[in-house]
Amino acid sequence: MSDNLRKTPLYDACLKAGGRMVDFHGWLLPVQYESIIAEHKAVRNTAGLFDVSHMGQIIFKGEDAFKLLQNIATNNFKQEPGAGAYAHILDDNGGIIDDIIAFCLNPNEFLLVVNSATRFKDYNWFVKKSAGYKVEVTDVSDNYAMLALQGPKALDILENLIPQIKEIARFHIKQDKIFDASVYITRTGYTGEDGVEIMGSAETINKLFDWCLANGFTPCGLGARDVLRLEAGYLLSGSDMDESRNPYEASCGWVVKLKKAEDFTAKAKMAAVKEVGVKEKWTGFILQSAGVAREGCLIFKDGKQIGKLTSATFSPLFKGICAGYAPADLEEGAIVEIEVRGRKIPAKKIKMPFYKNRV
Amino acid sequence: MYNQENCKFAATHEWAYIENGVATVGISDHAQHEISDIVFVELPKIGTKVEQGKSCCVIESVKSASDIYAPVSGEIVEVNQAAADNPSIVNQAPHGDGWLFKIKMSNPDEVKNLLSFEDYKAKI
Repeated sequence: MSDNLRKTPLYDACLKAGGRMVDFHGWLLPVQYESIIAEHKAVRNTAGLFDVSHMGQIIFKGEDAFKLLQNIATNNFKQEPGAGAYAHILDDNGGIIDDIIAFCLNPNEFLLVVNSATRFKDYNWFVKKSAGYKVEVTDVSDNYAMLALQGPKALDILENLIPQIKEIARFHIKQDKIFDASVYITRTGYTGEDGVEIMGSAETINKLFDWCLANGFTPCGLGARDVLRLEAGYLLSGSDMDESRNPYEASCGWVVKLKKAEDFTAKAKMAAVKEVGVKEKWTGFILQSAGVAREGCLIFKDGKQIGKLTSATFSPLFKGICAGYAPADLEEGAIVEIEVRGRKIPAKKIKMPFYKNRV
Repeated sequence: MYNQENCKFAATHEWAYIENGVATVGISDHAQHEISDIVFVELPKIGTKVEQGKSCCVIESVKSASDIYAPVSGEIVEVNQAAADNPSIVNQAPHGDGWLFKIKMSNPDEVKNLLSFEDYKAKI
């Protein structure tokens, strides 16, 4: 593998736990440990741990921090310490630059968690958009290691280390101490299960990694993460959406708050899109016979190509699951065909998500 | 019966156990470990003519699809339906119940292009 790949602060810990490391957008991360299926099962039934230190953290600080966030993101945030929300960042045409979760640390300071592949693009965009605002935009990603701790037993286990952890509400953040060091804990995740994500120094998060392994968490890799997030209907930035798609096409119209008081990038365009409607939408399908579809496979209906998959995998719960852009008027339950290596496999349109959120 | 020692190996990680002009074919333990979590096996059809070194079967894991190459040329005379019905047996017993198909060899000389277990082991 190339020498210029970046290692997260947990690289050695992942390797020691048996991680099979791969190049993920320039980062060496475990694609799996022993088995993707076993890791998936651990997260759905007990508790799994993911190194997500490659994720980016950007701080908005200053008296216009809230204003900037409201102006660059589609969702309606609260200027209330602890509160957070998921949102899309749009370009001036309404195309999706990235999806983020942002949290209010204090009324004049917000933490944005962004995707690793889009971190620098996001940062440059925020800096550009902050012209004239009284705000400092800082990329603090290199200061943080980050673990995602997910699954129905995750908080029960973590309660032994962090007694008040269950008091953190969904999509909220709390600054806390573990091993005598400061960390941010957010009640968020990318698996469709309850859980938290914890950001802190390399040393602290390494200690947490070891503690979790010793206390019943299964180490999980990117492979299981991809199955879990697709089952939960979560978009993958760069694959399922990019600047060529808007949030309505990405089946995420709910994150566009046209009624919020502030203007935001491409707000007027989004109002027009909503009014007219979209031609294509990110749509989920389940294969009706054996096989595994992959990203890029074409979708056919009545012999005619109607779309293309942007995500697809094998789900231990639902077998062949996939999603891609298809005509918005395709009815739920409609049968299409997905071409997998020259073979057309029937697939049924489902209402997303595949896996109903317990959280 | 076959085991790793009495099989011949292709550099592409298939094994062949040759008896009476018929090659029983599977993937090596190393290959099943690398592929991991096998969830679908697309077996060749009986009667298909296959050629040494050409793809004739596909194994899908959660993450990816892997082509399986015919270690010898000939005709598919039997397939392991159990591997299609329960693909995880290819992970559990790649040299036993997880065999894939049998080829009636058309050119037994080709066996010389395959590796002994010792030589294969040295390559991986």
